[in-house]
Amino acid sequence: MLKKITHLLAVCLLICSFNIVAQEARPMQDNAAVEVQVQRLASQLRCLVCQNQTLADSHAELAQDLVQEIREMAAKGMTDKEITDYLVARYGDFVRYSPPLKASTVLLWLGPFALLLAGGFGLFIQLRRRQRMAVDAPLTEEEARKVSELLNK
Amino acid sequence: MKRALLPLVIFLVVAGFLFKGLYLDPREVPSPLVGKPAPQFNLSRLDNPEKKISPKEMLGKVWLFNAWASWCPACKDEHPLLVELSKTGFVPIIGLDYKDTNQDAQQWLDQAGNPYVANAVDADGRVGIDYGVYGVPETYVIDKNGMIAYKQIGPITMEALRDTIIPLVKKLQAQ
Repeated sequence: MLKKITHLLAVCLLICSFNIVAQEARPMQDNAAVEVQVQRLASQLRCLVCQNQTLADSHAELAQDLVQEIREMAAKGMTDKEITDYLVARYGDFVRYSPPLKASTVLLWLGPFALLLAGGFGLFIQLRRRQRMAVDAPLTEEEARKVSELLNK
Repeated sequence: MKRALLPLVIFLVVAGFLFKGLYLDPREVPSPLVGKPAPQFNLSRLDNPEKKISPKEMLGKVWLFNAWASWCPACKDEHPLLVELSKTGFVPIIGLDYKDTNQDAQQWLDQAGNPYVANAVDADGRVGIDYGVYGVPETYVIDKNGMIAYKQIGPITMEALRDTIIPLVKKLQAQ
């Protein structure tokens, strides 16, 4: 009798543990296309809790909720743009890893090029000045005499 | 002389940016919802799950919408201030009990005082997402027309209350 109960208990425990395993692997979806879209979007959107991670990388609860939200929208057939717009309406452009070009992001987009131009311009000026120095500075008589003296030694 | 000044100018520009950076909080993401209508919801009330609560009921009043949870330590920091504010009757506070259990939430309110006119139970965090909540506590000031006028990210401090929230509520109430 006791043996039977232990067996039963063992089976119960086994079943319970299966349940736990089944819960761990949650995002299994029948629809592969939806899952591809979810992964694509989740890797382009920022987690707001741990700001240097994408939604796909983050284990924060909010990130997982948002991925689930994206999955449901994708399953409804919404496009990438519609889903991104939905999140931007709530969290702002900050959720996008590639922010759109607009007044508040001009510095972000054009800043590096402006710096490159400024650097290039500075270099150009510097080189020209150096060139002019070399051309425009003929030897004085005194210097010419010293040079020939040294060369004739 | 000019050339010698150049490094100083560069230093001052960089220092200026860094100085400004000292006072910026990268965790504060500006909300696109400010100036827009507060998203609608229809959630169960914490004190009575049979009853629903929706922002429509608050039309015509200026109110605070405070997202909180019993598991959130920063919410406990701001809680005494909310309790004090509610005692003055200056502005009604509606709570959004975010991803919490009713039992824990009720227990916390019984223990620490209840500053809320009512609490909406957002067990799965859906309404939180609609409001762009990304970390509790967050507080919205909503005007008589149901528009979001301001979002406080993180706990309400004495300074935020005195310098920003109270003057804003007064202004909105006068409208």
